[in-house]
Amino acid sequence: MAILVIADHNNEELNDATLKVVGAAQKIGGDIDVLVAGENAGAVAEAASKISGVRKVLHADDPHYAKRLAEPMTELIVRLADDYDYILSSTSTDGRNFMPRVAAKLDVMQISAITGVESPDTFVRPIYAGNALATVQSSDPKKVITVQPTAFEAVGMDGSAPIEKIEGGPFPEVSEFVSEELTKSDRPDLASAKIVISGGRALGSAEAFEKYIFPLADKLNAAVGASRAAVDAGYVPNDYQVGQTGKVVAPELYIAVGISGAIQHLAGMTDSKVIVAINKDEEAPIFQVADYGLVADLFEALPKLQEAL
Amino acid sequence: MKVLVPVKRVVDYNVKVRVKPDQTDVDLANVKMSMNPFDEIAVEEAVRLKEAGIADEIVVVSIGPEKAQDQIRQALAMGADRGILVTTDQEVESLAVAKILKKICEEEQPGLVIMGKQAIDDDRNQTGQMLAALLDWPQGTFASEVKKEGDKLLVTREIDGGLQTVALNLPAVVTTDLRLNEPRYASLPNIMKAKKKPLDKKAAADFGIDLTPRLKKLKVTEPPKRKAGIKVESVEELVDKLKNEAGVL
Ligand SMILES: Cc1cc2nc3c(=O)[nH]c(=O)nc-3n(C[C@H](O)[C@H](O)[C@H](O)COP(=O)(O)OP(=O)(O)OC[C@H]3O[C@@H](n4cnc5c(N)ncnc54)[C@H](O)[C@@H]3O)c2cc1C
Ligand SMILES: Nc1ncnc2c1ncn2[C@@H]1O[C@H](COP(=O)(O)O)[C@@H](O)[C@H]1O
Repeated sequence: MAILVIADHNNEELNDATLKVVGAAQKIGGDIDVLVAGENAGAVAEAASKISGVRKVLHADDPHYAKRLAEPMTELIVRLADDYDYILSSTSTDGRNFMPRVAAKLDVMQISAITGVESPDTFVRPIYAGNALATVQSSDPKKVITVQPTAFEAVGMDGSAPIEKIEGGPFPEVSEFVSEELTKSDRPDLASAKIVISGGRALGSAEAFEKYIFPLADKLNAAVGASRAAVDAGYVPNDYQVGQTGKVVAPELYIAVGISGAIQHLAGMTDSKVIVAINKDEEAPIFQVADYGLVADLFEALPKLQEAL
Repeated sequence: MKVLVPVKRVVDYNVKVRVKPDQTDVDLANVKMSMNPFDEIAVEEAVRLKEAGIADEIVVVSIGPEKAQDQIRQALAMGADRGILVTTDQEVESLAVAKILKKICEEEQPGLVIMGKQAIDDDRNQTGQMLAALLDWPQGTFASEVKKEGDKLLVTREIDGGLQTVALNLPAVVTTDLRLNEPRYASLPNIMKAKKKPLDKKAAADFGIDLTPRLKKLKVTEPPKRKAGIKVESVEELVDKLKNEAGVL
């Protein structure tokens, strides 16, 4: 059996999620190749060649792949698909964008956001905001799968797979990158940080995030997350949203500040190792999943916490 | 330009579903059903495009049980012009939904399809991308802004690192994210008017598409429960526990 893993990257660095997708691929079993499609992404291909247990790296370098738009990515992956029984990517917004398109072109049903591999054709995936786990068996000849990285162990980086340059194309030319506005932050990446501190509606303003949450995050070397309510209100950018329809995180320590604990939020953080909740309402549902709950006004508790650390 | 909006009848987002004791599925008996929230956002966006003079007709489609009529009527009350209900009592997977929608697109020839990024029951996030693939149209997923400029559609997308804007040729498929708009509530007069708007019914079986699921649900189980934690009395106690008990600081 052969498995193609689509690498997550930004043309400069390989994203850690790819190491976890390879971890999932090893559970399925078979020869694992990694596709790096990008523009001037040689460093990423080099990094991918070091992933443990990889047979070879396919490297397609072309300006069309600079932003990994769904249309050219799909055509490339479909072109390579004949040689593979499985095509895997992470649940990054890139993967979620092009993988279903690949699946439809191959006439197979994508298996979305798996959190477990039961056997080569049977997978576990959360449904209903994680309130249930479905075990599904695929009858499709080829399996197109997105992998929830937080659910799998990253493999090591002691490999030395050969890199094979491949041509790009076909290029459909129906979509074009115009611009991007990337959130700048020196803090660790939300998806892979060891500690995450998230703020909710209770913060009340962008300034409050800056005054109460960010300094604490810096002290703990933590990533900052947020509830949908805080993002909708514009306190922090959209990519901070943790939850069913945002990012799923599973850090060593998750600190929820002024977040009520709606099921949609819980779906994104209940796999964290230790959960702390700070909320002034002792009935808040977040306390039902918290290992340590502090009933307090955040505007008093956070400065104290900052000091105590 | 005609805009097509597929809407799904799903469990209401406020319901915490439970797994059936026999582990065959979740228990949906007597729970509140609603339009998928992302689809409400899609309907709202279509109505705004119409109000802005960019769209001239909005057609709403739902594939599901007879009762999915309620969700189509809701969309009509929000401002859509007519509905198509494709009835079936079996669960239809995303790929088959996309194939039915493709046939409807071939018949209706919309200039744009706007749909939800994700149905909150199965959390698959794939039908829009699949429809775009089958039609060979470009896709603008997870949209937080949609603008028509000349003959292109500018779609700003919510991505992992922030926002990205792409220009798409039309026709195209757009899927909605939470920040695209805030859906309106239908007024009572509009709810009354919606009852008179045309609603076509078709049977899914008549589309000549194989609806057999590709994924067999072997079982549905409860996720592992977290052990109940403790309440700490002070910030000092919290820090002490995190350092000395949990060992995470
Ligand atoms: C389709 C859909 C998708 C969604 N996806 C997501 C998602 O991915 N992620 C997500 O988070 N949500 C999501 N939601 C929204 C979710 O349902 C909740 O509305 C949201 O999580 C609430 O955010 P919150 O907890 O910050 O706000 P609230 O529910 O308003 O809670 C604020 C909390 O702060 C506490 N508080 C107030 N003042 C203080 C103070 N001074 N000190 C301490 N505590 C205080 C209150 O007691 C309360 O518990 C989604 C909803 C829908 C419909
Ligand atoms: N049965 C259906 N009827 C109409 N639209 C649907 C149906 N299933 C999915 N959709 C559309 O596809 C979107 C994404 O669904 P999914 O890929 O299942 O997460 C939804 O938000 C709807 O717009």
